Order: sequence, then structure tokens, then C-alpha cells
Amino acid sequence: MATKSLKARKSQLSDTQRQLVILNEKPFNGTLPTFKAKLDLHNLDLKPKNLEIFQINLGYMCNQVCAHCHVDAGPDRKEMMSKENLEKCLDIIKKHKIKSVDLTGGAPEMHPLFRWFVEKASAIGIEDFIVRSNLTIIVANKKYYDLPDFFAKHNLHIISSLPFYKKEKTDRQRGKGVFDDSIKALKMLNKVGYGGAGKLKLDLVYNPGGAFLPADQQNLELDFKTSLKEEYNIDFNNLFTITNLPISRFLDFLIASENYEEYMHTLVNAFNPAAVENVMCTNTLSVRWDGYLYDCDFNQMLDIKVDSKCNHIDLFDYDNMKDRNIVINQHCYGCTAGAGSSCQGTIA
Amino acid sequence: MSKNYYDSDDLKKFGNITEWSPEIGDNFFKYYNSVFEKGALPVKEKALIALSVAHVVQCPYCIEAYTEESIKNGAEKDEMMEAVHVGAAIKAGSALVHGVQMMNKGNKIIM
Repeated sequence: MATKSLKARKSQLSDTQRQLVILNEKPFNGTLPTFKAKLDLHNLDLKPKNLEIFQINLGYMCNQVCAHCHVDAGPDRKEMMSKENLEKCLDIIKKHKIKSVDLTGGAPEMHPLFRWFVEKASAIGIEDFIVRSNLTIIVANKKYYDLPDFFAKHNLHIISSLPFYKKEKTDRQRGKGVFDDSIKALKMLNKVGYGGAGKLKLDLVYNPGGAFLPADQQNLELDFKTSLKEEYNIDFNNLFTITNLPISRFLDFLIASENYEEYMHTLVNAFNPAAVENVMCTNTLSVRWDGYLYDCDFNQMLDIKVDSKCNHIDLFDYDNMKDRNIVINQHCYGCTAGAGSSCQGTIA
Repeated sequence: MSKNYYDSDDLKKFGNITEWSPEIGDNFFKYYNSVFEKGALPVKEKALIALSVAHVVQCPYCIEAYTEESIKNGAEKDEMMEAVHVGAAIKAGSALVHGVQMMNKGNKIIM
């Protein structure tokens, strides 16, 4: 397993333009319909609804280098949101009374102003304040050991990746020792009240450890709950299954393992029109560390900015965002396959 | 048309069998899909049984489909291989148990 990002390895795929070229070559130059053609075939159109989720990517630095990471995050990534941009995000959240704020990365907790930002944003009164924690950061260094208390103090909704309830599969995808550290972190979160019947919500994210779609979310949740409870006495609230999108490191894996075309066939064959209505780009905006706006986190990683002159937080215009056209490409098939996929799990 | 008897792309066309006989085809897929839903047996166990049977009936399409389905539903490599051994053992056993018939016949006719 690689220990450096594609960018640090100077891989061709660290160039987003190269990824976009691949996504528009075979099998989409004749064999399979483009995502746009598929939507047209079903008379479907993607239009923004009310903005509900403001997802802020604080930066790409992470203590892990996961094999499937669509962010290409890792310890070598130095991109990080400035205090100025964080303040602008706070202004937008306050002014437009955003219901849900979703902090992601990298490992958002590694941002030096993470706690400052959470304290400021909490004071605004956000209905659902999400932090996407990779769990292992909590036990990575003494300075993070009190994160569970900090999360609880601010009533943060923790959404954490745990690819599987067994060590081998988790470590294969996320790195050696990740499973054991994740279990330690989950126990620390349970100890301060996360994952039970109370108000502190702890959700887990499953994504497939290879070139296949996730299994049924409800069945997997039951398996996760039973296994984590029986073996480790761990509780959590919901399991979200997320489909791996063919971008960045997962695209690298698909190409290297000669699974790319077959995987795209799988995604296209599993296209579910019912999932289109609820794809996350319809109610979410994603903000990059440098303030640029995207329809979703995946478009951010492909650097496909929102289709608007107001494509930066400096120019943020709520009404303009609602009128924008959502930018699509072939990776969007990942969100409409089977039961659909979003940062909140299945959608159909 | 492929010149091979088996073409992995044909698996994607499985649903097309309804074209030449829609009612029976639809009934088959309704039955097929309901069989693999969670019931008294969990989905993972059903996938492993299907994987085992796929090997016994030596269906390459089924082997491909239920390898993926087993992995998707959380089966480990050793569980999958054990399922294949179960199928192989039954197949071997079913051949071997006929040895009793051979012995019966042999014992009857040998002086």
C-alpha cells in the first residue's frame, strides 16, 4: 500500500485534467452513454433545491493514506484553509442560517484552527454540525486525546469511516493498525456518550474495499452493529454505505488492476433514476480550502467549479447558487448506482 | 456475436431473456430476486450457498456474479473457499457414494 499521495508520487492522475480525459474516453466514446445522455434518456434534470448542507473542506492533510481516497489526502498534503476564508464561511453560515455544516478534509482536526472554528460556528447555532473524523486521529497524538470531550461539548455529529468490522479488510484499505486504533477511538467516543440513544450522534461510513458496489445498507448496518457490540462492546447510530467514485486514488486502483471499464459498466448498468432526485449536489455546496465553490466534494477533487461567476466564497450569492446548473461528468454515475450514494449514505 | 461459447459480456445481457418470453422471464426474475432477499438466512449466507452451487454446476457467469456478491456482503476469502470445498466435497461424495451400488452389484455376482 502506498504511503504517499498521488501528488507526492508525481502520478499523472494527480492532474485533474488527466482524470477528466480518462472519464471521457473508452467506454464513454461509444459503448456506454455519458451521464448527461443517461439523464436525457430518462427525462431527468439535476437542479439545486434549497441549500441545506454547507460542506467545508478544511484541507487535504491527513494522518492516513487510504487506498481509495478520492481526496488524495495524506501527511504530505499541505493545502489548508486560511483564517480569512474560515471567517468568510462563518459569515455565510450565519447570514443564510445554514441548517447543516459538514467539516471534512483530510483530517479536519489537524487544521490548527479547527477548534477555534468549531467554537465560533457552534455559537451561531447550527442544527446539525458534522465533523468527518477518520477516528485514528483521536489516538494519533496526545494533543488529540481530548477530542471526544471537545466534540461532545459542542454537540458535534461525528461521521467516521470504518470500512469493515474486521481488522484485515479495514487495514487493507486504510493502512496497517488503523482498525485497532479506530476501535480505541470508538470506545473513547462511546465513553463520553456518543453512539447511544442520547443526542450525541456517531455514524459510521462503509465503502467497498474494491471494484464492486456496496451491499444493502440496512443489512450491513445490522452486521456492523452485531459484530462491533459482541466483539468490542461498541455502539453507534447509523451506518452509511458510500459507493467509491472513479476518481483520484480509487481511479488509480481501477486502472492499475484493469478494473476500470468493468467498474464503469457496473455503475452504468446499476443506474437508478429514483436516486437522481436526492443526489447530494442538489442540496449541498462544497467549499475548497482556498474558498472556491463546488457542487460536491467529488467535483472539488476534479476541480470542476460551480457553473457561476460567483464561484468563490468572496462572491457568495445564495440566489445565484440556487439558479446554477449542476456540473456533471461520468463520475456522477457513482451517486446514482443501485440504492444511490451520498455523504449521508443511500438515497433511494 | 462472440465465437466463444462463453462470453463474460453475456452476463450483462441476462435480463434480456425476458424479450422472447416476457411473462415467464419476469416471473423467473421475480422469483430469483426474492430468493436472494434477506429471509430466515442472511444475504451473505445465501451468496455463499450460491457460490458453492455455482462451482458444482460449473457456471462461469454464476461464479463471477457470486464471487462479487459474497465479497460485497462481507464474506472473507477463507469463507468463500470453504463454501467451494463444501460443493466440491458433495460432488465428490455423490460420485463416491455410488461405489456402494458398485459393491452391491459386485458382491452379488462374484462367486
